[in-house]
Amino acid sequence: MDLTSSLGLVIPELVLALSGLIMLLFAAWGGNDAARPVSIASCVALGGAFFLVAPSVCMGLSGADTIAFYGQLRMDAFAGLAKLMIYAAAGAVLVVAPAYFDRIKASRPEFAVLVLFSALGMSIMVSATDLISLYIGLELTSLASYVLAAFLRDDDKSAEAGLKYFVLGALASGILLFGSSLIYGFAGTTSFGGINVAMADGLSGGLLMGVIFVLAGLAFKISAVPFHMWTPDVYEGAPAPVTMFFASAPKVAAVALLARVSLEAFGSQPFAWQQIVGFAAIASIVVGALGAIGQDNIKRLLAFSSINNVGFILIGLATASVAGASAMLVYLAFYTAMTVGSFVAVMMLKDAEGNPLETFGDIRGLSSTQPALAWCLLLIMFSLAGIPPLMGFYGKLVVFQAAVEADLIALAAVGIAASVIGAFYYLKFIKVMFFDEAVDRAKGKSDVAHWALLAIATLVISPVAWLGTGWLGGLADNAAATLFFAG
Amino acid sequence: MSGFPILSVMLLVPLLGAVACFFAQAQMARTVALVATLVNLALGIVLWANYDIGGDQWQFVERANLFAGFQWALGIDGIALMLIMLSVFLMPICILASHSIEKRVGEYMAAFLFMEVLMVGTFAAQDLFLFYIMFEAGLIPMYLIIGIWGGTDRIYASYKFFLYTLLGSVLMFIAMLWMAREAGTTDIPTLMQYDFAPSAQTWLWLAFFASFAVKMPMWPVHTWLPAAHVQAPTAGSVILAGVLLKLGGYGFIRFSLPMFPEASVQFMWLVFALSMVAVVVTSLIALVQHDMKKLIAYSSVAHMAIVTVGLFAFNVQGLEGAMIVMLSHGLVSGALFLCVGIIYDRLHTREIARYGGLSINMPKYALFFLLFTMASIGLPGTSGFVGEFLSLAGIYQVSSWVAFVCTTGIILGAAYMLYLYRRVCFGEQTNADAAAMPDLTLREWVMLGPIAAAVLWMGVYPESFLAPMRADIAALDARLARVKPEGDARLWIGEAAPVQIDEHAAHGGAH
Repeated sequence: MDLTSSLGLVIPELVLALSGLIMLLFAAWGGNDAARPVSIASCVALGGAFFLVAPSVCMGLSGADTIAFYGQLRMDAFAGLAKLMIYAAAGAVLVVAPAYFDRIKASRPEFAVLVLFSALGMSIMVSATDLISLYIGLELTSLASYVLAAFLRDDDKSAEAGLKYFVLGALASGILLFGSSLIYGFAGTTSFGGINVAMADGLSGGLLMGVIFVLAGLAFKISAVPFHMWTPDVYEGAPAPVTMFFASAPKVAAVALLARVSLEAFGSQPFAWQQIVGFAAIASIVVGALGAIGQDNIKRLLAFSSINNVGFILIGLATASVAGASAMLVYLAFYTAMTVGSFVAVMMLKDAEGNPLETFGDIRGLSSTQPALAWCLLLIMFSLAGIPPLMGFYGKLVVFQAAVEADLIALAAVGIAASVIGAFYYLKFIKVMFFDEAVDRAKGKSDVAHWALLAIATLVISPVAWLGTGWLGGLADNAAATLFFAG
Repeated sequence: MSGFPILSVMLLVPLLGAVACFFAQAQMARTVALVATLVNLALGIVLWANYDIGGDQWQFVERANLFAGFQWALGIDGIALMLIMLSVFLMPICILASHSIEKRVGEYMAAFLFMEVLMVGTFAAQDLFLFYIMFEAGLIPMYLIIGIWGGTDRIYASYKFFLYTLLGSVLMFIAMLWMAREAGTTDIPTLMQYDFAPSAQTWLWLAFFASFAVKMPMWPVHTWLPAAHVQAPTAGSVILAGVLLKLGGYGFIRFSLPMFPEASVQFMWLVFALSMVAVVVTSLIALVQHDMKKLIAYSSVAHMAIVTVGLFAFNVQGLEGAMIVMLSHGLVSGALFLCVGIIYDRLHTREIARYGGLSINMPKYALFFLLFTMASIGLPGTSGFVGEFLSLAGIYQVSSWVAFVCTTGIILGAAYMLYLYRRVCFGEQTNADAAAMPDLTLREWVMLGPIAAAVLWMGVYPESFLAPMRADIAALDARLARVKPEGDARLWIGEAAPVQIDEHAAHGGAH
């Protein structure tokens, strides 16, 4: 395994890193006028990376050939599938963001650059097979995200969001590092494979503490209960495209990372973390559902919805099985589509002057003033609620199937019963749009890019996508199987 | 017929119609919806005509591997055939009854046609998850129908309908996942022969019961029904009463009884107790209603309780009776809601006291209303009698006390229905505006006429409807034979009295 072949494996990451650096220079010299070209070029770079990664997913690559840099990274199908979702979500953000920032006259080229670097960090996160590379990827993503949250410098809420995210994020990183150092101290290695072997002999108290701290740090990143407090504030305060980004790509990356850490590094002692993950899953589902009920701000509501969804994904992880990991990936794919769709729709809500609208009062009776938008949102909301025949249901089907197969029937029953609470506020969305008298505030026109993305997202979660479940399931199964490759 | 995927076509026609209606103008949408439902009715008649009575248990079977984890598997037996016929028969009538809808006609028609897809799909599905998807997806159009086109209190009603039914169904979903893992298949005909361990059956039965009892609806989880019925537009009430309530009964006869026979016997008395309470209590509640739709809604709960006792009688009469009650109730309560809708369209109130003496100015309407009232009571010659008689005969073999209590429901049923009829159609014409209402129009004739004919047909010659189901019910009865409870009625035919032969006369001829 020489350096050349390692570099060959990380070509997508190199593309992102180099284009990020070049765009940074353009941004520095081009000024605000460079915003649009930079974001188009960044989108192209993400697209390029997407197509470079795609073959590894389709071929289901795994094994020794995928290990780069002496076990720091592994470019297997699991990482590949997660990267596809990350790049797609990040690309979608870059497509819709310029119009949004133009409208509020805050268009700056750094946005696209930060998204690129963040995507690079996430790439490293999902490929990491060592605690060191894990931390590098995580911090690269997080630092870019802190800046993105505070992107509207003059806006108090955005600044607050950035500060909150930074302080709490730094704390979480500290917790994670502390856990990593404990694990290194007791296992004598930072590589996931080595930790797995060291744990197989038995779990010492120090290792257990390490596991708990690492999981706590990662739970913060995926905003699982009880480490979710930052989510509603950051989602509400950050500009809508940034919120869309936070809710989609980093979530995919952090969940994939959590899966890899749990199943590879701690895979020999699943009983040590299954209960933790199971508790976090149920708590996330319940808190996400209950917290959303009283919300009037749509972005805040979607923040709770994302907490709720993380709970369902964690049920897949709690099974500690190939089927569970595969189910997580499938759920993530549809979750990404639903998140992108719902946030694009939120961005399309604006008054005649183009000011963003974010509360339920603004979208009353949307179905009679903007029927196409309202019907797309209706499908997305029913899908988030997990009502068949929409694809949000398929995500829940595979996750709960994995849980039942792993004999976690109580967990599955409680989880799905709590999902009914969640259905209540998704229904509220539909009630406001369809049953209430129209206020006709959302009059602003949207551009083609927004409509196109919304249409794609809606198509992905529509019943038509059932025909693609066989293909997607196959990809996810292959990808999940690579996680359990002993290496 | 072999090879022609008629069931898939019956799903496709309304689906395409729904898409077309969604984008069409109001008048166009009405026409498209009517044509699509009539085509489906014609296909349904073809289906019935080609159904081979006494042939294979499962006919018109289609299998295609389209999805991960489960199949596009369709196929019907006689029970499913009859319920599909009920759905496709009521749909064109619902479309005609939606004449008074002015708001968002295209979307309304699309919702109804989508509803038809899901109803036919639920009855025809032969795969566990396909069934669940069809069963559960019906919530979406019904939620919209109640919420957008419903009455003043529609939002509360739509939430209640949605969340009640959803909570019931998700537990069933977990049970289905477990069954699929345990039996290694999602094929419903195979699962109907699979013997689950009795201890597991208890939990599975309860999970399914949570869903079907809410759908049915059984007392005490019936409270969503009056709310939903009262607020839904007329056609929505017809579909709700006519077909959606039958999903619960279909679920019992397709899943709970054949798949979990031991557990069914174990919980037999739970079902009986809830049904007995329902028959008496909801009948008494119906007696004091001032709102016509609410009265009929409560009467639905009482009739559905007769269905559940019939189903859990574990004998052929009970099962056949339950099926006929379901079919009959689908027609009769649908027709009664139409009757309410007809006068509601004229006077815009459901208050019983606002009417009176309609038989004077609306004699033809009064005639139809009387027929359906009598059918609801169970007058011999109408469909209601056949079903209720068979159900009660079935239950009498198991428990005479249950039969006794349920029979009082029939008497109470006669009381509240006749009381309703007297207040609406007989007596003095106290309200001038009600007295000025015109009689039935041609459109209303076309709606009520076919239902009246079907009600009389089922009442006079029920064999047409029983024949396709007989073999399936016999198979179910055989499946349940091993757990059949001992009845308290001790029905046995005594030894024939020895024939008194007059020795003298016998010999006398020889001499």
